[in-house]
Amino acid sequence: MTAATAPVAKKDDAPAFDPGAPPPATLFQDVWRGIGKENPVLVQFLGMCPTMAVTNILANGFAMGVATTFVLVGSGLFVSLFRKYVAHEVRITSYILIIATFVTLADMLLAASFPDISKALGPFIPLIVANCLLLGRAEAFAAKVGPVRAVADGLGMGLGFTVSLSALASFREILGRGTILGHPLFGPRFEPWVFLMMPPGGFFTLGVACLVVAYVIEWRKQHAPREA
Amino acid sequence: MGHLSWIFVSTLLVNNFTLVMFLGLCSFFGVTGKVETAWRLGLANTFVLLLTALSAWFLNAYVLQKTPFLRTIAFIVVIASAVQIVEMAVKKYLPVLFRQLGIYLPLITTNCAILGLALFQTSRAYTLVEALVFAVGAGLGLTLALSLMASIRERTELTDPPVIARRMGLVLVIASCLSMAFMGFAGMGSAE
Repeated sequence: MTAATAPVAKKDDAPAFDPGAPPPATLFQDVWRGIGKENPVLVQFLGMCPTMAVTNILANGFAMGVATTFVLVGSGLFVSLFRKYVAHEVRITSYILIIATFVTLADMLLAASFPDISKALGPFIPLIVANCLLLGRAEAFAAKVGPVRAVADGLGMGLGFTVSLSALASFREILGRGTILGHPLFGPRFEPWVFLMMPPGGFFTLGVACLVVAYVIEWRKQHAPREA
Repeated sequence: MGHLSWIFVSTLLVNNFTLVMFLGLCSFFGVTGKVETAWRLGLANTFVLLLTALSAWFLNAYVLQKTPFLRTIAFIVVIASAVQIVEMAVKKYLPVLFRQLGIYLPLITTNCAILGLALFQTSRAYTLVEALVFAVGAGLGLTLALSLMASIRERTELTDPPVIARRMGLVLVIASCLSMAFMGFAGMGSAE
């Protein structure tokens, strides 16, 4: 009897209406998850179109990361605030509308303050709407927790996205052009690895990054039990 | 080469949506396990691309002239509805095809190639005919890339790659080689 009543009591206590709510965690864990264990680019492979399209130079990659972080935090907050008023059948459409609103805001802010970067990124800023990372976080996390945790998660995922994009973009800019943020790094005798600046270089860089991550995971797996 | 046929060849090969412009990568990596599903999804995408090009052009020419800041929101709503309509029509009139496509039909909504097409045709100020040719080229290019990738991946199923390359590493490096092959078409424009 007790075993049967216990889950029911637990369900009444839970604040979120959804049974698939993520387990409770501290705010720090919510933020850190996006940067480390559930990194959107290197572990989950979400939002790959911008990952490869705009990471040819560091400035573009970083701007894309910041814009995506802005949209993640804003849409996370609003999806979480409206989570009890949105009917289940129309939730995806509502999430997309919220996301599209913030993307439009980001697009206009960027065009007003950094017109050069805005021109270089072109249609890839409005294309944030179609980034699966945003809809994925709205559906899997923000719609099931309170606004504070949703913002923390958005910030973490955004930071993880920005850091990965910046790392990939630095690699491509340094080796593909011999510059970092436009400043020349090597002497005049440096022969740039042009391949990295072209589209196949995007696939290649992410492929190499993915192999490195897989190697680290595999190395840890083999070395952990011996220490324990 | 005529202007229209150049738009077609350019989107099909030189600026292939998936391999050179990085649009629609989710389906490129997600559903290229089997050739059969890959080219079917490609053709379904082509149809939605055509519908989107048509509706985005009319929307842009007659509704959004005075409110360009609503473009992103309007396009995504139109795409979501177009996909929904296609899904219902296919379910009603072609139930066999509907069962074969399954989950992939609704997933077309979040394919960046669709929104990308609407945005590119707007920023390049294409006419209606140009936009339709652009859509067919993009759709067939997508189908080509998906089928190529799927047929390579079907072969790699039989191989024994190192442990670290089993998840995405191998697929990404294969994509890089395919993309490099498509860079070879870049010379076509300059030869004109």
